Amino acid sequence: MTLFSDASFFILLAVAIVPAAVIGLTEHSLRHYGVVLSAVLVAAAFWGQPVQALGLVAYLVLSRCALCWLARDPKSERRFVAASLVTLCPLLVYKVSAVFSLSLWGFIGISYITFKGIQTVMETHDGLITRKDLGFEDWLYFLLFFPQFSSGPIDRSRRFAADAHGIPSRDEYAGLLARGILLLLLGAVYKMVIATLIHRYYSPTVWGTGDFGTELWAQVKTAYLYGGYLFFDFAGYSFMAMGASYCLGIRCPRNFRAPFIATDIFDFWNRWHITLSTWFRDFVFMRITRWLVRRRSSRAASVWPNAVFWPTCSSWASGMALQLTTLGMVSFTACFSRQRKASRSALGSTRLTAMTSGSGFSHGS
Amino acid sequence: MAEMTHEELTAKVMDLLEDVCGDDEVRRHMDDDLFGLDLLDSIAAVELLVGIEDEFGISIAPTEVPRNEMNTPDKIIDQVEKRL
Repeated sequence: MTLFSDASFFILLAVAIVPAAVIGLTEHSLRHYGVVLSAVLVAAAFWGQPVQALGLVAYLVLSRCALCWLARDPKSERRFVAASLVTLCPLLVYKVSAVFSLSLWGFIGISYITFKGIQTVMETHDGLITRKDLGFEDWLYFLLFFPQFSSGPIDRSRRFAADAHGIPSRDEYAGLLARGILLLLLGAVYKMVIATLIHRYYSPTVWGTGDFGTELWAQVKTAYLYGGYLFFDFAGYSFMAMGASYCLGIRCPRNFRAPFIATDIFDFWNRWHITLSTWFRDFVFMRITRWLVRRRSSRAASVWPNAVFWPTCSSWASGMALQLTTLGMVSFTACFSRQRKASRSALGSTRLTAMTSGSGFSHGS
Repeated sequence: MAEMTHEELTAKVMDLLEDVCGDDEVRRHMDDDLFGLDLLDSIAAVELLVGIEDEFGISIAPTEVPRNEMNTPDKIIDQVEKRL
């Protein structure tokens, strides 16, 4: 069974919301129910794939051990680096071996579970999460929470745990449930009606022998159709994930905010897959910048966080596919030119790169 | 550290902010979103956090405070004051 895709999932979800509504509306904690439901649905998603299931269990055991070991001496740099490496290990093994067509240690949701795992490691090192804050059940619930399991949005552990432990009043929960159901329906329309419809007209072709205008039009049309399909498919999925979270009392963060009305590429990344952009900003970009600033590097050195940030971001997304790595470099160039205190012409080039990257994205994946 | 008055703290934070933003314009926007005004970006925000660490000896991790709770000079002063 595939989460948010198969009919069997939606039937199970519709049935599962009924007890959740009863528990929530009678002002009881939804936490234990949410944990059991997530475990059951994730187990169903792994059904018939024992190797992947084993990969997930191995990941959970390793990352939990690393986190507990770090929590005993959170300020230790040595423990922090070791715990980060252990938590990143499966994703690194998977992504690198995928280049050689081996795809070792891959399992459903590997990227998103790694993002969540690594942020708990970092915040434990920062002293924001203590040993008592992230008990085993909370930690497991956060990592296996089924609405966000396979494709995000990427929640934050402290926010998530606060929601999981909070018991909303009847009115408050009724509001969450109503919004949740609406979001589920809206997401379903986006993904299953609009995205499916657009995909029907999407047929990429190579540049043919016809006249220039016709061939160009075919390519442009393909690019925009794919852009539209990608948006409605992913935003639809994200709305459904948000909706299912709300029904369980978890205020899952929003992942898309009308990306196509963005005024430039920066604005675009603040609107497209928002939880991924902000995750990279907070846990990769700002960390590298802080490390550099503490070493008294000049502001000019700030090009480096960007140089690491964009290619990392895009190679994760693309499995190191050429087109999206190019998009990463384009975004990097745009950021770099903006940092050079955008002159009018630099702003123009930013707009241009935004457009180029749009078509880059549509050829990707 | 000797007890610091609210005015002294405000003056120090504003000096730091002016330095980080590279613009004294920031003093005229005590209650405005500095990210929205393009006076702060992610890099300047990190410089601010490191500056606060050096100046006041308090460490605020990049994800400790949600961005909307530390995006105006008044809110930044408030966050520093809370931790002194």
